[in-house]
Amino acid sequence: MSKFQFPESIKSRPVYGTLEPRGDVAYLLVADAEGAEAIYDLATAGAHVARNAHIIYLPNETGDKYTGMLQALNPAQLYIGPSYEAALSRIQRVLSNARMGLQVCLSGTEGLMGKALIEVSAAGIPHSAVQFEHSGSVARRMQCVHCKGITENVSTDPFVCSHCGLNLFVRDHYSRRLAAFQGVCIDAEDPGNVPDPVELYS
Amino acid sequence: MNTTTKPSGSGAQKMDVIVEAVTPLNDLVTRFDFKRANGEDFPTFSGGAHTVIEMQDGDRVRLNPYSLMSDPVQTASYSISVRRDDEGRGGSLFMHNHVKVGDRMRLSTPVNLFCLDLRAKKHIFVAGGIGITPFLGMIAQLERTQGRWELHYSGRSRALASYAEQLTRQHGSKVHIYFDDQSQTIDIDGLLSGQPLGSHLYVCGPAGMISWVLGRAADSAWPSDSVHSEEFLAPQSGEPFQVRLCQSDKTIEVGAHESLLEAIERAGVAAPYLCRGGACGQCETTVLEYDGEFQHRDHWLEDAEHASGKKIMPCVSRFVGKTLVLDR
Amino acid sequence: MSIQFNKETFRDDYSFHNSERAIKRFPFPFHEDSYMYAVNMEQHQGGPKDSVYEMRFDVDEHYVAEMQDRAQVLADDPLRCQSLPHMTLAGWDLLELIMVSKSEDYPEFFELQRDGLYWRWINKPLGIDDSFTFLDESTLPYGPMEYICRQTQGDFCVLDQRDEMLWMDAGMVTTQADWSLDFDIGMNFFEWHAPVPLAHEMGIFKRALKFLLNIQQGTPARRLNWTMTVNPLLDTSPENYHKWGIQKTSLTPENIGGKQFLRVELQTFFRLPRSNALVFPIRCYLIAFEDIVSVPKWGRRLHRVIRDLPVELATYKGFIDNRPMMLDYLSEYDDGLPTSPGVWPELDTEPSLQAV
Repeated sequence: MSKFQFPESIKSRPVYGTLEPRGDVAYLLVADAEGAEAIYDLATAGAHVARNAHIIYLPNETGDKYTGMLQALNPAQLYIGPSYEAALSRIQRVLSNARMGLQVCLSGTEGLMGKALIEVSAAGIPHSAVQFEHSGSVARRMQCVHCKGITENVSTDPFVCSHCGLNLFVRDHYSRRLAAFQGVCIDAEDPGNVPDPVELYS
Repeated sequence: MNTTTKPSGSGAQKMDVIVEAVTPLNDLVTRFDFKRANGEDFPTFSGGAHTVIEMQDGDRVRLNPYSLMSDPVQTASYSISVRRDDEGRGGSLFMHNHVKVGDRMRLSTPVNLFCLDLRAKKHIFVAGGIGITPFLGMIAQLERTQGRWELHYSGRSRALASYAEQLTRQHGSKVHIYFDDQSQTIDIDGLLSGQPLGSHLYVCGPAGMISWVLGRAADSAWPSDSVHSEEFLAPQSGEPFQVRLCQSDKTIEVGAHESLLEAIERAGVAAPYLCRGGACGQCETTVLEYDGEFQHRDHWLEDAEHASGKKIMPCVSRFVGKTLVLDR
Repeated sequence: MSIQFNKETFRDDYSFHNSERAIKRFPFPFHEDSYMYAVNMEQHQGGPKDSVYEMRFDVDEHYVAEMQDRAQVLADDPLRCQSLPHMTLAGWDLLELIMVSKSEDYPEFFELQRDGLYWRWINKPLGIDDSFTFLDESTLPYGPMEYICRQTQGDFCVLDQRDEMLWMDAGMVTTQADWSLDFDIGMNFFEWHAPVPLAHEMGIFKRALKFLLNIQQGTPARRLNWTMTVNPLLDTSPENYHKWGIQKTSLTPENIGGKQFLRVELQTFFRLPRSNALVFPIRCYLIAFEDIVSVPKWGRRLHRVIRDLPVELATYKGFIDNRPMMLDYLSEYDDGLPTSPGVWPELDTEPSLQAV
């Protein structure tokens, strides 16, 4: 699958790379949907990765398309779960017992990577030491700056806040702490004048 | 008003002090305690901070940085420990041989380039020799705030490991001491592999030890942002060389045993500085013209900047060649 | 010097006003007839008598009213004040810095008594008299940063310094020029400035960061920044933009003189000793166009600056739509005479307005 090239943007907007094997150490790999391919490539590039790896995988709408591939890697531990919320306590448990040197690799959608990074940072791993690889949906996790509610999987600009109903435009300004981009009212100075939504990156 | 201005003058602010005590700790290290000449308390500081001490050595002014090693909350006095360096350029020898109780000297306000990361869930200190000094202030700070820490400290011998006994007495099992003459070494790989997430590692000591620990930490996949080190680079002696200072229209000679920064100051030209050890970036100077080779020794400039021939850090770096013209 | 504290509001009926004295000491930000970004830092070691630069933390006629407005903003939205867990020590540093500075600079209003760690703080204008134990959070009604910032004009960003970088890890932000502390907390220096146009490309932030990382104990620094606000509204937060944004469209040629305000931020920077953090107070001063043009030099200059400002900056500062109306008004006060360099009003030497 060809990778989506995000356009160059402002300095708060995250950039993603390609997962690379590092030392012969413990790995925590968290992925959703097409993010499984990045894990597969990583484990192929470093033969030692799988035997040291705890994989947490959320297939979401891809169903069992990639699950066999991950099982075939024969990782030390593999969890396939129905949602991030379902996996959260497991991620926290793994981190609570981990030691310095743990390598964390996140792959898949921006929303998944961002939310997992919140847990990883809280556990004390600097975000600069975490690896990211984007694949799959380019929809965004958006915080409404007005009501603070988060709308998942936003794919158009502008969009309607799923909490307060304001019409928000999609900024590239991004908060790691919230794992969200910022949405700001688009018609504050001219109520009701809301442009037609267009697909992001179109 | 409101025009672009540079940081004023040179270095941090200065305080007049009186030497309160001179305490030899062993054959190499002497502790100096200071009080303020005006009777006031010193400013408080953060663990890991240093002060730059100004020594009037005949008609020559020497400026050397030393870690503040007292408890940051006890501000009636400041303490430093000076290791005698017989091969050095003379600052430590001046302190050992000439400074006595009652002398007046000048200290800079504290500057911290080796600070605790207060987010750390655990602080691990690795010290070699006189590199113990910044950790004394850090430990005092953490003891007051119930911070979690441990120290691994190696010295040449029981006699030369300054403060080892005192630290063991005060802090017991948090302190691990290693003596070279008893062939005791830090099990660095064991140490690095067992630490909980959120640990931070701090190293201070000889250059060889720092690069060894940093290398092992990288090999153990420790995040570089979780590893901190401080090495005071003493300016190294070298061949004398000539420098043209363009702005001030002066040509100066840099002696074998003085730094370029010291030579600039000796010529009466004000140049900014803070750490005088190649770390803080304050003395960064633009090279206008050169014909020769730089001896870059700082930790500040990027490799590309070193290679560019356009920048020099005069506190630690030197030059060999025909012409050097600086924008100073 | 005695200060009469104004009874005034920054919302609803907007009764905020500047006295003659406040106009004269207003920190006019343009030292020449044009404006572009610059690092423009200088030492913050006092300034001319009675200027806003004289004291470490300027207290003026708006003090009590601003603190009342701040209390209201915090009651409506407590997320305007946040501190990440490792920043408590820096909060104590800030409390100490402000209490010591204010009690020394304004002894008629503020009093600090210290006996070791046992402190008593008296704030006469706000009627506060609290005794507490320094470094013990349980002895104050709020965390140390929140406690002191509820009593000090201006926003406060407390920046942690790590890995050659500054991190926005704590703050009290109720009078901001359109940025959200709740969103930006935890970001590094480049990240929270990411939305600012042009300056990254100009290398402004790299140079500013190098300067700020090297600010030392005892040598604070300052600079000015500015923007525009319709109505004397302190809380121009993105959080409430959907409520106040519409006010920008209420300008008319008739009301612009009293309704359009130049908003100047006096930004100062202090190294905090115990935590090695950096505190970045952002003090907001507001002045109506009609008060600016009462100083002939400022009226001439403001017209030229606004006229020649790059479109990106006028857009970022949020007044691109109102710029033509602003220029119509200001051009009446620009007779084309030269202006003297520097920011001061020069009321005695600058010629009065000639017929335009």
